[in-house]
Order: sequence, then C-alpha cells, then structure tokens
Amino acid sequence: MRSLFGVLTALAVIGLAFWAYQENYQTQRSVSKIENLQREIASARSRLMILRAEWAYLNRPDRLLDLAEINYDTLQLLPLRPDQFGKVDQVAFPPHEPLILEGSVEVSTDGVKP
Amino acid sequence: MIRTPLRPLASVLHAREIGENPDMIERENIRVRHEQMRDRSRSRAEGRLLVLGVMFFCAFGVIGARMSALAQSEASEPRISSAGADIIAQRADIVDRRGRILATNLETHSLYAQPQQLIDRERAARALVKIFPDLDEERLIADFTGKRKFLWVKKKISPEQKQAVHDIGDPGLLFGPREMRLYPNGALAAHVLGGASFGREGVSAAEVIGVAGVEKRFDDELRDPANGGKALTLSLDLTVQAAAERVLFGGMKLMNAKGAAAILMDVHTGEIVAMVSLPDFDPNERPRPAVEGNAADNPLFNRAVQGLYELGSTFKIFTAAQALDLGLANPATMIKTAGPLKWGKFKIRDFHNYGAELTLTKVIVKSSNIGTARLAQIIGATRQQEFLRSLGFFDPTTIELTEAKGAVPLLPPNWSELSTMTISYGHGLSASPLHLAAGYAAIANGGTKVTPTLLKRSAPQHGARLMSAEAAKQARQMLRKVVTEGTASFGEVPGYAVGGKTGTADKPRENGRGYHDDKVIATFASMFPAHDPKYVLIVMLDEPVETSGPKPRRTAGWTAVPVAAEMIGRIAPLLGLRPDVEPGQLAGITLTSN
Repeated sequence: MRSLFGVLTALAVIGLAFWAYQENYQTQRSVSKIENLQREIASARSRLMILRAEWAYLNRPDRLLDLAEINYDTLQLLPLRPDQFGKVDQVAFPPHEPLILEGSVEVSTDGVKP
Repeated sequence: MIRTPLRPLASVLHAREIGENPDMIERENIRVRHEQMRDRSRSRAEGRLLVLGVMFFCAFGVIGARMSALAQSEASEPRISSAGADIIAQRADIVDRRGRILATNLETHSLYAQPQQLIDRERAARALVKIFPDLDEERLIADFTGKRKFLWVKKKISPEQKQAVHDIGDPGLLFGPREMRLYPNGALAAHVLGGASFGREGVSAAEVIGVAGVEKRFDDELRDPANGGKALTLSLDLTVQAAAERVLFGGMKLMNAKGAAAILMDVHTGEIVAMVSLPDFDPNERPRPAVEGNAADNPLFNRAVQGLYELGSTFKIFTAAQALDLGLANPATMIKTAGPLKWGKFKIRDFHNYGAELTLTKVIVKSSNIGTARLAQIIGATRQQEFLRSLGFFDPTTIELTEAKGAVPLLPPNWSELSTMTISYGHGLSASPLHLAAGYAAIANGGTKVTPTLLKRSAPQHGARLMSAEAAKQARQMLRKVVTEGTASFGEVPGYAVGGKTGTADKPRENGRGYHDDKVIATFASMFPAHDPKYVLIVMLDEPVETSGPKPRRTAGWTAVPVAAEMIGRIAPLLGLRPDVEPGQLAGITLTSN
C-alpha cells in the first residue's frame, strides 16, 4: 500500500512537472509572439505616421493649387464660386422612355371584332 | 538480524560455577543493547537534522539570491503587458476641424560624433561638409581634433543624408533616433500652430516641446501619455484658412500694405475658422525672435491676436448699438452732425461735411465722427465703459494661444469725457482684431457674449446677454446699409448680404507724438449673411495705399473692403453657405436686405 502510494506520488510529480514545463514553454512562446506582434505594430504605426504625414504633405493646399493650374487643360478646375451652387429643380428629370415590347403575342380578345 | 540473547547459556553456566549472579550478565547485556540503540537513533536524528538544515539553507539561499537579484537588477515592466512606449507617438498630432493634419511627427535621426573613435578625423570632417554644406569645415576639424569627447553634428537628418554619412564609414559618427515635429502645410496657420523645438536631449531620444501658439499652450496635453496619442482638434478649417491666406496675401500686395490680418469666426460657437497674419513664417523652420527693430514688423508677430491697434470707425456700431439698447435713440433719431465739434482745444471733424443733422442709421452709414461723439456724450463715460468691458475690450482675449495673454488692450489712463467721445469712434483705445471680432460676433448672434476659441465645439455658446435682440438686429441692419449705400460699397458680394463697417485709423507715431499723415490701419469688420449672420470676418491692412486713382487712397473702403469682399466670395462657398439668389439670375434684380 505504501509503495503504491509512493509510486503514485512520483507519477503525479512527473505529470505535474511535465504540465508545468508545457505551460512555461507555451507562455514563453506566447510572450515572444506578442513581442513580435508589438514590434510589427510599432513599425506599422510608424510607417502609417510617415504615410499620413506624406499624404498631408502631398495634399497641402499650395501644391494642389499649383497642380490644378498646371493641369488646367485637362481638369479645368477653378476655385469654388458662389454661382456654382445649383438647386434640385435645375436638374432635369431623366428622359422618360416608353416601354417598348417586342415580339408580343396578342392573346386578348378585348376589342377584337367578331 | 541475529538477535544477541540477553542471557547466553555459556555465560550463565560459567557465572554459576564461579558463584556470580547471572542477572548481572543480563543487565549488562541490556545496557549494551540500550547504548547501541541510543547511538543509532542519535545518528539518525543527526542525519535528519543535517538534511533539514541543508533544506532550510537552500530555501533561505534561494530567497536571499532572489532578493538580491531583484534589488540589484533594473526594474522592468512585466513582459506580457508591455504595450510598448514606442507604439504611441511622443507628441500628439494637431488636426483641423475635419481631421486633416496640421502638425504631426516624423521619425528622423540625429547625427553625433565621438571624436576619440574617429579613425581619420580630417577626412571625416571634410566628408561631412560635403554632405552638409552649411557646416563650417575648419570648426568641425578643430572640434574633432580637440579634446571633446562628444559633439552633436546635426539635430535632424534625412534618410538620404543618413545613408551618405553611413557611406563615410567612420565608426566615430553615430546616429540617435529623433522624433521631429512636421507641419506638412508649411506656412499655413503658422501663427496659430506656433512651432516646436527640442527640449532636453539625449543620445537615444529628445523631448519635443512647443515654443509658441497652440503647441505651447497645449504642450502638457499633447505630451501627456494618458491621452493615448489622441489628436488635438482645432476649430480651423484647412481649406478656408488656405483660401483666406491666399486672398489676403494677394490683397496685401495689391494694396501695397506691409502687413495684414484676417479673422473668420463663427458667431454662434465662437470658433475661429481661419486666422491669418501676414507676413508669416514656416513653423518647420521657425525663425529666431528678432532682437532689434520693431517687434510688430517681425513675421513671428501675430497681428490678429498680439497687435493692438486703434480700430477706428469700426467701433461706431458699438456706440450705436448701446444707444439703441438703452433706448436713447432709434434708427431714425436725428443727430446733430454740424462740425467741427469743439471740446476744449480739441476739434472733432468728419471726413466730409454731412450737413446739420443725420439719422442714426445715416451717421453709421456715412461714418460721422461728430454724430457718434454726440451719441457717446449722451451715453456717458460710465455706461460706455461698462458696455465695452462686457464686450471684452478691457481684458486680453482668452483664446488658446500663449501670445494672447500679453495683448492687454491699451485704455486711456483717465477716462474723460473727451476719451468717451473719441473712443466712440475708435480712437484712444487700442485692441486687437480678435477683440473686434468678438465684439461684432455679439452683435451678429443677437446680442449675447461669445468667447473666441480655437478648439472645435459642437454646440453654440449661450453667453451673457449684452444687448437686446432688437438692438442687435437694428445694428445689423445699419451694418448692411453701410455696404449697400455707404462707405463699404465694394463689399457687396451677390448672394451673401454682407454687412459691415469700415475703419480707417491713422497710425500713431513711434515717438508717441501725434499721428502719421500717410500711414493708416484700414479695417473692415463684416458679418454675413447680414439678415442671419453665421460668420464674422475682420480684415485689417497695415499701411495700405491704393494708387489706381489720381491721388493715393488709403481709406478702408478702397483698400480693406475689396479684399474682404473677394475673401467672402471665396470662402463662403467653402463654408457651405448657399447664396441667397438663384444662380444665373437675370441682371437688374437687386438683392434686398431685411
């Protein structure tokens, strides 16, 4: 009985040790994964910041105005003026196209003279 | 185990033969056995004690080792929760009201040298000068060959420059990471943003601190890590600001002015949508403050907030509004305008002679100094002071710029009756254009106080009531008439029903004796649309002169007003204001104001 208890205890210790190691290694793996991810996030954010700064720089009003002037032939962009506001009434309705049925077969007898 | 008998037969028999007591043998044997047992148990106990001692020693040893390790090692954050400090930027962005970037950070590098590690010092110095032509070669060689162990070569370098320095290949040239403040729009809104520079500097990092404008005013908030990098949202609109700057710059050049300022303010929320002061500067390369010359001519000087000017006739509407509010007059009340009005040695004159008397509306429309001064006499000094104080003309504005605190309006030391009369038409009291904008906004929004702000707001301010809504409405109608039939006839912008008041004030001489004859501050304070004002626009030109006619013209009606009209035509559509008249309306139909 006592020896069985001893064997069981030893097995339990081995099992728990195995489990503890397993957990430990898993934790370490997760931590290093998190660190990698955070490094990636940090570099992605710094890239994003650079891109946002570049976007803002390329979209600065001075440059857009110069570009609009350079490309006036193709784009014909001008500053917004008050007379460019329109009203909904000024927009024409789309032309009404009558529904044309082709190849219809007359099945009604209504109006047909006997 | 062989048990030794207590009474061995041989010994007993032998003892009986010699006549000894055999019990003695037994007792002796028992004694020996007990001694053996005692020795055994003692050695076992000693062994156990030893094991226990070793275990305790190990346990305490481990604890002690851990404690000393903890005490001696650098403290570090738990690895799991290391939401890296490198993820959140050191300083938050500044964005405009629609989220477009006005200021952001950029990662760059600084270049420093450790001369004792340099291999070929003179070659390194010469190569560096080739990359950075602004460095002084002789000084650099002297620094490298001298006793210095460390020196900064460049605070900020671009990636291309960094690569070029790498290519020199000297181990004594080292790089440190730097975050620099970038204003991608260049000089746009330079006076509002101010600028930033490095504070405490280390090899691996440097503080970025604000030096002026909102950067300095909100320095703590921008740098507070608890904000999590949340951007600071200003009330400025990038597009409107850009258009206003462009128009104002053109106007300044056209009118030969040496400086100009413009403020566009929402009359309900108090938000400053655009604020321009010319000449301006590039906050990326903020110039050093000038040590000589007139500070007011420096590009760093914010004319819109810091500049204190006698704003001239634009003040007349305050006198009129107060008279209307107090019930002393109505728009049709006749006021004597026969001049000159003598007060002691002092004479008050009008630009033209307007006859014996005019209605109050006409006094404003024609901008009669005499009429306004007479009105101020009726109002009296005390009530005038109270009213101007409530409009904010006695204190510096509370706008979120560090410079604002210094702009304390200049008041007459002794508020005599003559001061009352001159201040009624804008002389004798110097205030900034921003003060004027806040005052006009109070008239524009129906008579309640508005505090100008640079931060985006979602709801209108409901400030204290300064005048009745009826008085404010009548004052607005007068301002509208100034544009339709008065001094600001160039201010008419079809569809936007501009109302406003011109102001032309002679500049005081620098030596404090009297006024210049040919230098003026021309101001146009306007609101649009006058029947339901949404925005107040102040345009101010410093020393303008319009030379298209036979004689140079300096009045605001010829200088500031056309600039303001052009500006309203440009920015009102950008603000989403739809003109009241239909597009493509036939000529000949005139817009009526209410």
